[in-house]
Amino acid sequence: MNLPMLGVINLIHETDEMGGLTAGRCLATVPFGGRYRLIDFALSSMVNSGIPKAAIFAHTKFRSLMDHVGSGKSWDLHRKGRGLFVLPPSMEDQTDFGKGDLYHFYRHRDYFTRSEPFEYVAITRSHMVCNVDFARVLEDHRQRGADITVVCKRSPEPVAGLARRVKVNEAGRITEMQEHYGRLSSDVISMEMYVLSKELLLDLVESSLAKGQDHLVRHAVLSSLGTLKVNAYLHEGWLGIVNNVAGYYRHNMELLQPEVWQELFFRNGPIFTKVKDEPPTRYRPGADVSDSLVANGCDIEGTVRNSILFRGVKVRKGAVVENCIVMQNGVVGENGSLTNCILDKEVEIRPMQHLRGAEEMPFLAVKRKVI
Amino acid sequence: MRRNECIAMLLAGGEGRRLGVLTKDLAKPAVHFGGKYRIIDFTLSNCVHSGIDTVGVLTQYQPLVLNRYLGIGSPWGLDRKEGGMHVLPPYVRSKGGTWYKGTANAIYQNIGFIERYEPEFVLVISGDHIYKMDYGLMLEAHKRNRADATIAVITVPWRDASRFGILTADESGRVVEFAEKPKKPASNLASMGVYVFSWPALREELIRDEADKSSSNDFGKDIIPRMLRDGARLYSYRFEGYWKDVGTIESLWQANMDLLDDRADLRLNDPAWRIFSVNPNQPAHYAAAGAHVTGSLVNEGCLIRGTVNRSVLFHGVTVGEGSFVEDSVLMPGAVVGAGARVVRAIIGEEAVIEDGCRVGSADSDEIAVVGSGETYRDENRLKEAKTV
Repeated sequence: MNLPMLGVINLIHETDEMGGLTAGRCLATVPFGGRYRLIDFALSSMVNSGIPKAAIFAHTKFRSLMDHVGSGKSWDLHRKGRGLFVLPPSMEDQTDFGKGDLYHFYRHRDYFTRSEPFEYVAITRSHMVCNVDFARVLEDHRQRGADITVVCKRSPEPVAGLARRVKVNEAGRITEMQEHYGRLSSDVISMEMYVLSKELLLDLVESSLAKGQDHLVRHAVLSSLGTLKVNAYLHEGWLGIVNNVAGYYRHNMELLQPEVWQELFFRNGPIFTKVKDEPPTRYRPGADVSDSLVANGCDIEGTVRNSILFRGVKVRKGAVVENCIVMQNGVVGENGSLTNCILDKEVEIRPMQHLRGAEEMPFLAVKRKVI
Repeated sequence: MRRNECIAMLLAGGEGRRLGVLTKDLAKPAVHFGGKYRIIDFTLSNCVHSGIDTVGVLTQYQPLVLNRYLGIGSPWGLDRKEGGMHVLPPYVRSKGGTWYKGTANAIYQNIGFIERYEPEFVLVISGDHIYKMDYGLMLEAHKRNRADATIAVITVPWRDASRFGILTADESGRVVEFAEKPKKPASNLASMGVYVFSWPALREELIRDEADKSSSNDFGKDIIPRMLRDGARLYSYRFEGYWKDVGTIESLWQANMDLLDDRADLRLNDPAWRIFSVNPNQPAHYAAAGAHVTGSLVNEGCLIRGTVNRSVLFHGVTVGEGSFVEDSVLMPGAVVGAGARVVRAIIGEEAVIEDGCRVGSADSDEIAVVGSGETYRDENRLKEAKTV
């Protein structure tokens, strides 16, 4: 069923400390989980929840994004009048790049005003990897009469990625929210997903900009905590915060727990991604693979342990891959060994090479590197 | 309507009766093959890679699964403004309608469809075979020979020759003799059921064939022999490569096993000739601690905790802890419980092999089969399954 809700995936000034992984791409298109890009999770959550119209507010390095999402067909968002809208920044001059996201919301306001039957808006980022049901968030939002509902996650353990902490009172209302470097002690973190009425959003956009404030969360939401009813909706499922290398590595590796794999990929519906038509993975005699996620099109002759292989990866005879993430079309040559490594797309490890990263800080090879 | 030089008519109504429980609810072209495909994906992908963008798919027997699978042809890039893929089931006309009486009659009933595109040539193929072939090269040969019809042929072992339509050709490739399943074959060149016709010649033959009340309206039995008798320009086109009719349980199993053998020459991992299929949106497969997988093909969405040797696993297959799977084909969503043993078997879609059960045996000549959706509990069921 369709929800009366528009989606916005806001990529403007997304916190990105991914180093070489975002050298040539935006955070939203960082490969994740064997065959996905980060944005697939937000997009699929929206589609699975029944949101029929979603926009991506692109900002920088979005060539890979355009290539990945195309017409939106892979997400079933290739629709008449609805579906997917990729909106690059509409700017008058270069300096507009530095302006806050509210400025871009304002420039894209036609997207909201032209979407008549949609009363609500769900705004997300791309780096919160999860499978959220926005229908339940909206139900909670309406039932509790909230002005803004923020999807949050209770996380008693310290998180690897960078996230805002929030303080929630007994009534579930957010009383305080701080940037990731703040000192607020709370075990609740914001998943940077906001549900609010379209009317309130447009009001916040215009009145904040009029006051010289141009950031959605830092200005509009934070300054409304006392005046508006800003509620927390606690997400029960798994969450990966992927905006730095440590978070990227840790949350990928968490997918090797079958419970996490099941929850993320099956519970609220499938995660959709661009189809590549790779054949099933070929395990050759002598292959030895355990505790690993393997996408299609791989050709494995060596040993793979506790690792994630993206589509089309080749592990040659005698090679040993352990605690690694090997992205699309990576090649690990004969009798080589890799431990605690992240290989970006199309990296080739020549035969007999031995690479080892630290457990806390994996070795990162950038795209197309030959070692 | 834009004029097309060559359009394809794909015969996809095959019952596949010899595939037993595997074709109980679906036509043979819809049978799963190779870990992620259905048989028809091969011919559809061949068309696309050969530059043929108009394909009529003739369906008849149990079309529901196939229709749903084909949709509007998007997975093969055949959802086009002009041409593209069209599913053509038999239909009712003002003066009644009939089932497709034979392969030739199926095309005859769709003369109207073909004429909308005014093609010069029509490629007639069948959705029952596994092979990768560039029909464009065959079309070139057809034009070079100024042929009325060109028949693709492949060399088969002499002992198998009597199972096929057998051609004898002269040095120029012109067909001098054709015999459908001959007892004493005169050659070992078998027809692959792939034909290129010049459309005016085919159109005339189809109309003549329909008027002949004694005809069985079949390309191999009627059209080709009649054209040969009448001295039409019939040429053979030699195909080198892998080609298999997966008409029986044994051949379906063998063709799947061929994918695990480099000598068999059916390479799926060819970026220049991808076999397209409907994507089931499954995550990367998971090989758990304690899993052993060798010499196998494994598709996305599988969860493997046991041992898998020389087998083909389709998407979403589960192999439980301590289970042993060897020389087998596990179709989409099949579940093998813990401590089970599956050897020389085909396990149908979403079938369940319960904990500790044994299916098939390495010593058996026959391939054990468990039908789609069946739950397999004890030894007695194995005997039933085997006799299918």
